[in-house]
Amino acid sequence: MNFDFSDEQKQMRDEARKFLSEQCPPKAVRTVLDGKAAYDKALWKGLAEMGFLGVAIPEQFGGAGAGHLELCVIAEEMGRALAPVPFSSTVYLAAEALMLAGSDAQKQTWLPKIAAGEAIGTLALFEGKGNPSPKAIKLAASGGTLNGTKKPVPDGAIADFAVVAARTGSTGRDADISLFLVDLKGGGVEVKELTSIDLTRGQAEITFTNAKAEPLGATGEGWGIITQVLDRAAVLLAFEQVGGADRALEMGRDYALDRIAFGRPIGSFQAVKHILADMYVSATLARSNCYYGAWALSTNAAELPEAAAAARISATQAFQHCAKNNIQVHGGMGFTWEFDCHMYYRRANATALGLGSLSYWEDALIDRMRKKNAA
Amino acid sequence: MNFDDTPQEAAFRAEARAWIAANAPKQYEEELRKSSLGRTQLKNANILEVAKAWQKKKADAGWACLHWPKDYGGRGASPIERVIWQQEEGPFGKLSAMFIIGHGMCGPTMMAFAREEHKRHYLPPLASGEKIWCQLFSEPAGGSDVAGLRTRAEKKGDDWIINGQKIWTSGAHYSDYGILLTRTDPTVPKHKGLTMFFLDMKSPGVEVRPIKQASGQSDFNEVYFTDVRIPDHQRLGEVNDGWNVSLTTLMNERMSIGAGVATGFPELFEFCNNLMLEDGPAIEDRSVRSRLANYAVKASGLKYTSMRAISALSKGERPGPENSIGKLVAGSMIQEVAMYALDLQGAAGVLSGPDAELAGKFQAMLLRAPGTRVEGGTDEIMRNIIAERVLGLPGDIRVDKDVPFNQIPTKGRAT
Repeated sequence: MNFDFSDEQKQMRDEARKFLSEQCPPKAVRTVLDGKAAYDKALWKGLAEMGFLGVAIPEQFGGAGAGHLELCVIAEEMGRALAPVPFSSTVYLAAEALMLAGSDAQKQTWLPKIAAGEAIGTLALFEGKGNPSPKAIKLAASGGTLNGTKKPVPDGAIADFAVVAARTGSTGRDADISLFLVDLKGGGVEVKELTSIDLTRGQAEITFTNAKAEPLGATGEGWGIITQVLDRAAVLLAFEQVGGADRALEMGRDYALDRIAFGRPIGSFQAVKHILADMYVSATLARSNCYYGAWALSTNAAELPEAAAAARISATQAFQHCAKNNIQVHGGMGFTWEFDCHMYYRRANATALGLGSLSYWEDALIDRMRKKNAA
Repeated sequence: MNFDDTPQEAAFRAEARAWIAANAPKQYEEELRKSSLGRTQLKNANILEVAKAWQKKKADAGWACLHWPKDYGGRGASPIERVIWQQEEGPFGKLSAMFIIGHGMCGPTMMAFAREEHKRHYLPPLASGEKIWCQLFSEPAGGSDVAGLRTRAEKKGDDWIINGQKIWTSGAHYSDYGILLTRTDPTVPKHKGLTMFFLDMKSPGVEVRPIKQASGQSDFNEVYFTDVRIPDHQRLGEVNDGWNVSLTTLMNERMSIGAGVATGFPELFEFCNNLMLEDGPAIEDRSVRSRLANYAVKASGLKYTSMRAISALSKGERPGPENSIGKLVAGSMIQEVAMYALDLQGAAGVLSGPDAELAGKFQAMLLRAPGTRVEGGTDEIMRNIIAERVLGLPGDIRVDKDVPFNQIPTKGRAT
């Protein structure tokens, strides 16, 4: 048994960590946080040059053709560094949807551009409040055009194209939903930037008015594809969350070692130690669930839906838990704009929602465990 | 990343599986599979006798204490082979409960510190379960602070005379031998005046009194020593070096990666899957699903954490510190799980034993659970260990560290 990443994959993780510590220090994240840029363009270009954007994209489509385990280790580092780039929307959502359901021509059009850092993609799924559900999709598709509004769309304001979930039927079943590819630089697309709790990543509202769209996958199969894309993205985003959780834990630990109060390092007080020990526990549980998710993702195992939900729940909890308690350990300084703690807190709480919130995934996990149990 | 055995591991697994299939006491399999925390009795048999018979059978065929050297009753197997054995032994592994302290702590301490003739004499019957060992460390004045123990050992000729009291000694009432930590010099700081011995529990002056636990059962004991004689050749390690010897004992315990700690989750999931509430099946209720999902990811997180440790063993590496979270997570979880199962039973949850749902499985779990958060290191000690040994935080400031033991205050509030 080898329930661990290979030496080559660990080496790739080290490379990614080194690259990001040089190219994406907190100062770079703050440029986006303070609204001086929509995303870090230089970093995005650098990620493309390192081959990280196309690590799981097959070579025939301009990628490195490495695989999803390699993508998992990079995702962890992206989360650790709070990289202010549209990585999750482009790589976990748009590229995965294209690889799952795209025609050869569609893959040929977009995947090489994604790998080269020349195209940003996203998934336009939500229409206001609520969790992923076919019933919530009102945006209508007919005659190759879309009409309706999507929000929030992650990185929607900087995206070049979107995978859009649209209604093509009214039977009340999953088969009413189909997917479309839309060039967001084309006509009939109006994009409005929205404010997010995570200021280092963008959210947008996109209104389509007779916007030209081409089908992605067969008509009526959209919901099935979305479910698969969300499962795959859940594992990948969970690695980002674990990376963020680990970094928040380290920040708290380092502060507890350095900060003196009552004549001793605050990390020598059990009240502080126990907070940090509990952070370690949640981060460790999440990491182990993520490894199982990585195994299921990389082998396309039948266990993927269950493993993805478990990884998603566990990593969401861990990142939120570590980010909030990192502030607690820092005391008043943790609540300043100057310290980086709030950037992790913002990211933790934003990533907790993007693919569907905890309650959605809790429900999904039990559904999937029940199915397995009945089988 | 894979869950596959290497060819050697697969061959070992096949051999173990075949032997277990041919030899295990199958008549108890279902009962053992269903047993859970707070309820590990067999209906129509004495579990101690069944356990001893199974252990002896294993030993005769070379399947006992797999990681021990053959000369001492083991198999000389690798750590990963030991884990594979545990996986294959499955529910029959629950029969090892009463040997865990002897095999996991006393045996390795004897191996590290006893004389060769003692090792050859005492270890094989310990491995085969013919003799059961206990560990006599904790005292009324030394629980989490075990180095605060007060049981005296005084040298008299070639013997040591023991006087004092131990407590929380698991299985002392059926043990043949024990390892005993004593104070030999009260005039030096507490860690520096301790000495370790092993002794025959039938020695004159040893008295074992069962403790009636809050759960109503008696797994633990008080052990009283009145002028008990231990020959000097039964000393383990140097005089006054007992603290270091005890660290070896505890380290061995942490190195053993078990077949997984009990969380109560499989039992709760099965219960919810079969339970009807007023509005329909419990498993379809949103709040039930949310609670279950939260427990599910803890249980799977623990499972895959131990898989990571096993992988390290498989590669011949030392497992990382992540395994230290198991007891801390599982201990409080099983308590919450039991409370939640009773909550779902509503007013009838108050009933216990044969009058209760599922013959009182979750009620027994509830009443036994507080102990799991205390025994073998309290939740708070486990958090200290994680904080200090894993995260590298400074130790607590110890006010008694450099004070001679006999000058440490023994009373809190003045009475």
